[in-house]
Parts: sequence; C-alpha cells; structure tokens
Amino acid sequence: MHELGIVFYIIRDVKQAAEEHGVGHVNAVVMNIGEVSTVIPEYLTDCWRWAADKEEILKGCELKINMVPAVTHCDGCGADYPTVAHGKTCPHCGSGDTWLLRGREVEIKEIEV
Amino acid sequence: MDQVKIIEIKKSVFADNDKDAADLRKELKHKGVYLLNLMSSPGAGKTTTLIRTINLIKDRIRVAVMEADIDSDVDAVKIKEATGIPSIQLHTGGMCHLDAEMTRQGLDNVALEGTDLVILENVGNLVCPAEFDTGAVRNAMILSVPEGHDKPLKYPLMFSVCDLVVINKMDVLPYFDFDLDKCREYIHMRNPKATVIPICAKTGEGVEAFAEWLLAEVEAWKR
Repeated sequence: MHELGIVFYIIRDVKQAAEEHGVGHVNAVVMNIGEVSTVIPEYLTDCWRWAADKEEILKGCELKINMVPAVTHCDGCGADYPTVAHGKTCPHCGSGDTWLLRGREVEIKEIEV
Repeated sequence: MDQVKIIEIKKSVFADNDKDAADLRKELKHKGVYLLNLMSSPGAGKTTTLIRTINLIKDRIRVAVMEADIDSDVDAVKIKEATGIPSIQLHTGGMCHLDAEMTRQGLDNVALEGTDLVILENVGNLVCPAEFDTGAVRNAMILSVPEGHDKPLKYPLMFSVCDLVVINKMDVLPYFDFDLDKCREYIHMRNPKATVIPICAKTGEGVEAFAEWLLAEVEAWKR
C-alpha cells in the first residue's frame, strides 16, 4: 500500500545518482527487495511505471526486482532457517531467541545507463 | 548498439529518511520537545482518545497536536474545539503515511518554544506508517476491541515498533470475542517491552493511565 511512497524515494535517489555520474538517461533500476519487507513487487512496478514516466530522465526506464529470501538466525542453537516457513520459533531447537538475518531490504542495487 | 553501463548504488531507500528522523529527534531533544507518533487503523478512536487525554494533562504541560490525513481537516477542528489547544492539519497528498521530512514541515508550523508535547496523529493505517521513522521519541498505537485480539499476529511490524499499545473501546468487550490476555500475549510476542493500557475513550475509563504514561515520558525526555 505504501509502494507509491517508496517509488518516490527511489526516483529521488536514482536522479541524484544519475546527476553525480553525469548520466542523461537511465535504462533500468535494479532493486533488492526482501521477502518480508512488506513491499509487493507487482504494486511497486505498477507505481513505478506511472511515476517514472513523468520524469524525462526515467522515461521507459525498467524496474528490475531481485527478491531476497528471508533468513532468521537462532541464538539458541546457532542455526539459520527460512523465516516465512517457521516465523520467530526455531524449527531446530524450539527457541524463540531469534532475529532476522536478512529479508527486510528495500535497496537500490544498481542502475543501468 | 548502445553500451550498457552499470552503476552500483547499494543504498536502502529508507536511509535518507532514517537520517532525517535521527536529526529531527536530536533537535527535539535539544529543544526539550517530546514528539509522540500515534498510529491506529481508521476508526479505532484516536481523536476521541486524544481529546479525553489532552483535557487531563493540558493544565500540567503544554500540548499541541498535528493531524495527518489524506484529506479534510475534521480531526484538527474537532481537537481544537474540544480541548482549546493548538492543532494543525497536515495533508499527505494521497500518501498512506508520514515520513520524517513531512513531519518536520508540520513542526515548522508549531510554536515549539512554548510546547512540551507534540502528538502526531498519523494516517489511519496499520501497515505503512510502521515502515517510516517520523523522528518521534516514541511510537504508540491504539487498537480497538472490535478489530480483534489477533491484530498483533496480522500486522507484526506495527506492533514491534510500538512502545505503547492502548486498547480502546473496552466498554463493548461483552459483545465481541476479544480476549485481552491473548492480545497482551500476542503484543509481547512482537515487542516484549511494550506497555499495554486498556481504556474506554467514550466513558473515560483507564484514560488516566495513558495520561500518566505521557507525563512521565515527557518529564524523562526533558531531563
């Protein structure tokens, strides 16, 4: 639901990066999106199309999305396990003493110019 | 054929907002102004709760309210009429949340030198506002009985970022399958340190506990 707001952030950062590198047009933006980031990739690309085409430097620019699988680490037994399947409880030892290792990313990986 | 060049960026889109929020918090600390970010779903009773609470504390500390909505100013007008304190309306321009920059712009319209506590009433929504640090000292949310005790399971991020959960509309408890103990348990699964205060904004029951929490928070922040 907040994908549009995120798109505005991406546009701001990409425009800034393009300016720093003296780039006239950006062909693609590559994002790393974590599996539990709450960002829905389809919504993000829909919002992107609408907003990016309003910017001269981003006309027709493609938004490519790399999904990053969510992984949780257990301090109880030291194991790493997939977050979406098991949540906050470690499937190996049953401990709740766990924390998210990765999967919350909403990150601009690179731009293609 | 045009050559494709790749420029690596590797930057979180939230990085700028997190920095803006940290800067704003530092500035507020310096000025001795406490900012509370209050969130909930639409209709949980944020405005009614605020009116009750502000009327309990307005003689002891100086309070201002910033109302954030997609449109209209009904909440800001209601607060001003019912409490007499300064209240301003922010429009998010269709956005589902406030970020630190929008919060700062709102604060520019508040006389901070004469204010101890600013309450930011965020857009009614349990998803997006939780994603963006507004620069507030604490996050709080209001969950109402008709929404159900399972909400901490469904909106994990909201409950993990909140330091205080106010459970409103306790007067209708007999008519709903709302289990307060279960609700507390689920909230503490998300954030073991969260304070939970059951209230009824309509009758005023329990609102004193919320008022006391606010007064203690503001005092500690100013120290």
